[in-house]
Formats: sequence, C-alpha cells, structure tokens
Amino acid sequence: MYTETQIIKSGAPASIAGALDGTGELVINVGPQHPATHGVLHLVITLNGETIRKIEPHLGYIHRSIEKMCESLSYRQFIYVTSRMDYLSSHINNHACALTVEKGLQLEIPPRAQVIRVLMDELTRVASHELWWGAMAMDLGAFTPFFYAFRERETITDIMEETCGARLTMNYICPGGVNYDIHPNFQRRVKDFIQLFKSKIHEYDELVTGNIIFQNRMKGVGTLSREDAISFGCTGPVARGSGVSSDIRKLFPYEIYDKLNFEEITETAGDSFARYMVRIREMHQSISIIEQLIDNIPEGDFQAKTKAVLKLPKGEFYSRVETARGELGVYIVSEGGTTPYRIKFRSPGFSNLSALDHMARGSKLGDLVAMMGTLDLVIPDIDR
Amino acid sequence: MFIKDYISDVYKAVRSLLTGMKTTGKYFIHPGEIITQQYPENRDQLHLPERFRGEVVMIHDENNEHACTGCTACELACPNATIKIITKFDISPEGKKKKALDTFIYHLELCTMCNLCIQACPTDAIKMAQNFEHSVYDRSKLTKKLNQPGSKIKEGVE
Amino acid sequence: MFSLEGLTNSLQQWLAANFSAGWVLVIESIIVILLAIALFAVLGLILVLMERKVAAHMQIRLGPNRVGPQGMFQTTADTLKLIMKEGLTPDGADKFLFNLAPFVVMIVAMLLLAPIAFAKNFQIWDINIGVLFVSAVSSISVIGILMAGYSSNNKYSLLGAMRSGAQIVSYELSAGLSIISIVVLTGSLQLSDIVASQQNGWWLFKGHIPALIAFVIFIIAVTAETNRAPFDMAEAESELTAGFHTEYSGMKFALFFLAEYINIFIVCAIGATLFLGGWMPLHFGNLQGFNHLMDYIPSSIWFFGKVFFLIFLIMWFRWTFPRLRIDQLLNLEWKYLLPISMLNLLVITIMAIMGWHF
Repeated sequence: MYTETQIIKSGAPASIAGALDGTGELVINVGPQHPATHGVLHLVITLNGETIRKIEPHLGYIHRSIEKMCESLSYRQFIYVTSRMDYLSSHINNHACALTVEKGLQLEIPPRAQVIRVLMDELTRVASHELWWGAMAMDLGAFTPFFYAFRERETITDIMEETCGARLTMNYICPGGVNYDIHPNFQRRVKDFIQLFKSKIHEYDELVTGNIIFQNRMKGVGTLSREDAISFGCTGPVARGSGVSSDIRKLFPYEIYDKLNFEEITETAGDSFARYMVRIREMHQSISIIEQLIDNIPEGDFQAKTKAVLKLPKGEFYSRVETARGELGVYIVSEGGTTPYRIKFRSPGFSNLSALDHMARGSKLGDLVAMMGTLDLVIPDIDR
Repeated sequence: MFIKDYISDVYKAVRSLLTGMKTTGKYFIHPGEIITQQYPENRDQLHLPERFRGEVVMIHDENNEHACTGCTACELACPNATIKIITKFDISPEGKKKKALDTFIYHLELCTMCNLCIQACPTDAIKMAQNFEHSVYDRSKLTKKLNQPGSKIKEGVE
Repeated sequence: MFSLEGLTNSLQQWLAANFSAGWVLVIESIIVILLAIALFAVLGLILVLMERKVAAHMQIRLGPNRVGPQGMFQTTADTLKLIMKEGLTPDGADKFLFNLAPFVVMIVAMLLLAPIAFAKNFQIWDINIGVLFVSAVSSISVIGILMAGYSSNNKYSLLGAMRSGAQIVSYELSAGLSIISIVVLTGSLQLSDIVASQQNGWWLFKGHIPALIAFVIFIIAVTAETNRAPFDMAEAESELTAGFHTEYSGMKFALFFLAEYINIFIVCAIGATLFLGGWMPLHFGNLQGFNHLMDYIPSSIWFFGKVFFLIFLIMWFRWTFPRLRIDQLLNLEWKYLLPISMLNLLVITIMAIMGWHF
C-alpha cells in the first residue's frame, strides 16, 4: 500500500493513486463547487473507471437553521423565511406555512384569496419547471434551451413583480389571504403569458424532447422502481415518474383544487425521461388550471380579518402542499404563544436526493448529471 | 429486417437533429427576437412596477414633515432587526411631554424587503421605494437614517 | 484582379535576385513562421468572437458588445487578461509534462497548417502526401491532451484525458475513411491535385450521394476529433468541470483554448479542400458564363468563405445539441459511422472505377 507522497516520488501523479491500490476505485468530490450541482451540494463519488460505484451526498453547506430561526419569529414573520428554502417555488412554500397557521387559527379564507393563491401557485410551478428545463438541458450540454426557458420565465417573474412586488422571494401570502389585491394588469398579462407559452412550447419539443441525443441520454437512465420510489419517500414528479400517485393537489386537496379540472400526470417507466415528461406535461396542466381561473376570480376580500398578533392554540398542526418539487409539509407545535414552539419542514428535495445513490449505482458518470437534473434538486431546500 | 431498422434509426436520428438545428437556426437569422436588455443604458426606459420593493424610505412632505410617531410597530414587525427606532421626548406647547421620533435607523444590509414593516405602520409613515441599485463601496453606507435632518412630525398625526 | 499568387511570385523573384539560394530559403522560412503565428493570433481572436456572437444570436442574446464597436475587441481584452494571469502549476503535478502539454497541442495545430492551400498557389508546403500528413499529424494532438490530463494531478483531468483518448482514436477512423473516399475519387494524396480535380465541380456535387454521406461523416468525425460539443467529453463542464485543462490557468490555458479553435479552422480547411473544392470557385460543368463570373471572386475569399461556412456549421451543432455520453459516443462511431463509412468507401471505389462520377 503506497501513500500518496510515495507515489508522487515514484513518478506517477497522485491522482491515479486510487487506481493503484488494488481496488481500482477512484474517489472524486463533485462539489461543493461544481457546475452540475447547482449550489453547494457535495457528492463523494466512488468510481470504477467511468462507472459509479457509490454516491455519498454530504449536506450542510448552506444550512441556515431556518427551522430554528422560525421558533423565534411570530406567525406573521416566519412565512417570509420559507421563501429562502426552495427559492424556485417560494410562493408555494409561503402558501404551505399560511395554510398551517390558518389551520391553527381555524380561519375561513375568502374565495378571492383562494383563487389568487392557486393562480400564483401554478404560475410559480410553471416558472420553476421552466427553469428546471433549461438548467437540466444545460447540464446535459445543450446551452441554448436555458435561454429559451428564461425568456418565458421572465414574463412570469414580471407578472410576479407587478403584483407581488418581488421577482423571486415574493412574500405575497399572509395568514388569512394575500397581502394585497392583484394588480389591475394581472389578468391581461397572464393571458399574454399563456399565449406566449403556447406559441413557444413546441420549440421545447423540437430542441430537447425529440432530440435523439437527449433521448438516449435520458431513457433507461436512473431508473427508480415504484417500490423504491415509495420506500425512499420520493414525492412530486420523481415519484410520479415512477408511477406513484402522489399529487397532493389531488390526494389531499387544499384551497380550491378539488373544484378544478386537471389531471395528475404519472408515467410508468421510472427513468429520467419519465420524470422529464412528467414535468413537461405538468406545465401544460398548470397552464390549463390558470386558464380555468384567470377569468373567474371571484369578487370580494383578498384577506380575511385577522388579529394584529396571531396566537395559535396549544397543539400540533400539519399541512402539506404540492410544490414544484413534491410534497412540502409544515409541522408546527404550538404552546399557545405568539411564536411556534417547534417547527419542521418536510422538504421534497431531501427525500428525492436520498434516492440518488440507489439510482446511480452502476451507471456512468455522465448519467449522474441527467439524474440530478431530473431530480430537480434545489440545495437550499435540502439543507434549509 | 435488421437493415431496415438500422436505416430508419439513422433517418429518425438525423431528422430529430435537423429539427433542433432548424429551431436555433431560425433564431440566428431573426435578430428581432433578441431579448437582451442593455442595462445601464436603458435606465431611462426601465420601468419598475409601483409595488416593487426596493428599500424602505420615509415619506416627507414639502414642509419636511413625516408621519412617524416613533411607535416602534415596524421595529417589532421586522423579522431581521433591520429597523431601530430611537425616540425622544418633545415638550408640547402645553408643557406636556410627548414621545417622538429621534432617529429612524434602517439597516439596508439586513433587509429582505418583506414588506412587513410597511404593513405594520399605523400612520403610513414609511413606504417601499422602487430603487434596486443599492451597491456601495463601504458597508457602513448601508446603515441609513431615514428621517431627514430637521424634520418633524406632521400636525395631527397621533 | 487581386491575387495572393502574384504576391508570392514577386516576392520569390525579388528575393532570388538579391540573395543567394540558401538565404532565400531562410528568409522565406522566417516570413512563413511570422505569417503562421500572425494567422494563429488573428484566427484565435476572430473565431472566439465569432463563436460568442453565433452562440449569442442563437440564444436570443446580443453577445459581447461593450469592448470596441460591436464588441470587436472583446477577445483581445480577454487575451490580455489571460496573459496577465498567473500560470499556476498544481502541487504534485508532473511539472515537465504539465508545462509541455499546451505546447504539444499548439505545435500539432501549427504543423497541420503546412499543407493547406489558402488560395491559388498560396501554400506553405505542397507535400505530395498532404492528406496522409494531415491525418498522421492530427492524431498527435491526443498525446498533448493525455499529457495534460495525466500530469495535472487532478482526477477530473485524468478522466477527461482518458475520455479524449478513447474518443479521438476512434473518430480518427471514420475521418480517415471519409478522407480516403475523396482520395479514391481523385487518385492523389496531394492537396493541390485534389483542388485541381475539382475544376469542373466540387466533389460534394460530383460524387453523388456517397460523397455527401462521406462529407456528413467527415463533419461529425472532425467535430468529435476537435473535442467540440456535442462530443466535448474531454471537457464536459457539467460533469468534469473543465476536463483535461481543469488545472491550467493564464496563458497555458489560453494555448489550449486557442489550439481548439485553430484545430477547428484546420479541420474545416481540410473539409473545404476535400469536399468543397478548396480555393476553387463554384464551377458547374459547362456553364461558361457562370463559371467566369465565379472566377472574378478571388480564390482566397472562396477558400475562407467555405472554411467559415463549415466552422459556422460546427458552431451551430455546438449550440443546438446536448452532449453525448462516453459509451454512446463510442457506439455512434463503432456501430454507425464506421460501418456506414466503410460501405460508403466501397460504393465510392466502385463509382471511381466505373467512372460514374462527373
């Protein structure tokens, strides 16, 4: 057994030291700074040549102790912090928190606020999937889709900016409704966006979905069986790509989702391409939800009457929503005070990441980016 | 049969690649589709929506009067300890002591633009400005005093 | 009419009149070296700018537009920055090989310049085995890449170099076979002969569909050989950060970067010479008027026009397609390109023997 210095002295660079120790294994660190991890995820990968033997995710590089922070913030204040978890579906995170607080307060939400929330949720979901599509294509080596995706996403962020006042961390939802009414331009601009989206979506298929290189990179790569998806606790498009029905909007409808007409998208193959198709088809479903609602926003209050200082009764409250990445659960333990006693977020990214090792073993290093791309990892969501 | 599959594979593959190239090629020859905004030059045309949250400012009218009573509702509402209000006691003409604002300290570097302070304010003394160019060379410049020198509270604001 | 041919001839005559034969050779060599280096610098700057502009327009962006008019001097500024940067040698690297590798890659690119005919009678070295020289020398560049990857003491570099090795060695086959198909049609390895044989039409048109297939395979193979996307396995920035040149910085990195673009230029020049008639204007069999009209455009413009068209094609590939996986890359070569090009060579040989081409 050679040490690294001995090998350097004997002439061979240390990088091949692993290959010389008899196991033929090469351990590489992907991350915390690496183009494919989209953040500070650290994967310790054991390779045999190009074949992945083992992946060990190391987390904690962007841990900001959001759960602990929330314990010292009031029920109005803590919602804004959750925008910083899964920053691509920040609106939906806020929504989940508001739902939990409302459950505790047993508030009745005005129908107008409910519709606005759902509209915003779906716009966020489309925006998130657009960014995922571009970033995933970029991981696979195609740069151009990224810009096309951002063109459409930009119109959504403009809509968000106009109505919510910010582009990414909207902080638009408050317990009892939404912070302010929709902007007068909102409906017109959303309709413009739908038109733009429909006129451009065929390019996505031309450029990426139908591309033979892309299909070969995705089909049969990172297969996750139905049983494994359930046992790893995968949710969202990852689980639905494996044929698990897991759409919270259908299974545990919140707000007005039970009155809406939309499909839960599932694919059965369980590979990266199935997950890809789930997300692409989900975009169409979200657009159809927006179309159903955009002309039917009921008149009325956008916010229920609440007290200035919110106090949840003693007890435990849990609610869940479907973010762009899967099931987000918010669990609040209240001692009856103005701040939560304990708060826990069940983030979708964490469980989805746990399946990475299982699905990557035995595949090539190049497949790793396809798998991570279709898992749609947002690292602050995993670390919180 | 094998040959037929092989040829149809190659044909489909080439066709899918050409479809992709058609899309990028179309954009290459249509410079009108370019969406780049040339930022510092387009500052004049840059339109920020009125709800955009850039930074907290205090509203002063032409008499250099503001509406802040120094009630610290915003300070309490802020999740990040961005706002610090220092109060003083004014002596009213009747000789009564009255709590008033001395300094409204705003830490822009801590602010997340969540809008909770503006919602908490009972007298609408502060608002969000549509300004996003916050970068400075010295961190201490980010700590701002929002009430203007010599300003005083408006008549009738309690 | 402007012609580079006249320029070289008058220079030759002037030198021969004033100096002895030995000195003429020395002076001509120096001129050629300076011209080659100048061409390198200019091509590097132009091609990088062109790539960025092409990419930008395909990606509905503007591209560089701040340094100089239309961003013309962007690449110059980038080069200046790279020159001023520190060239780090990583700890534990094989210092000799590490510093040698960029020069190996660069020298290979320079050697390949020798047999290329830039215009009518404007060629550094009209060697009689020109095509063989090109395929022989171009395969040396893999050694530079392997050196860089091995000596960097970086696992990403090593993986990138190994990928590159497998890739370049495989794709050399089908690139070679496509070149041979033109050699079969022409009956000569000399590049000037190959150009002359396209006097009455380019091989791409004269050789019917087999020549077209050979051309497509050639373009695919050289894209792979120059490590360009969608075959940029050696770099694969989303997998291997930067592959074999991860550890290079400053001017040594710039040499790799420059060599990549020079290699593109050279393979496109070879492609243009073989399939698109090199500097030969577009001629159609017996359309005399048309052919004369075409002759008015200087041969150097024809050559560079064709080369830049091919370069644009390769850039177009890069900004459209996703990257292949390493095993798919080898599958494509060994299961598709190689059998097709072998069959194609057979067809072309029959065609050449029977004289079915124009």
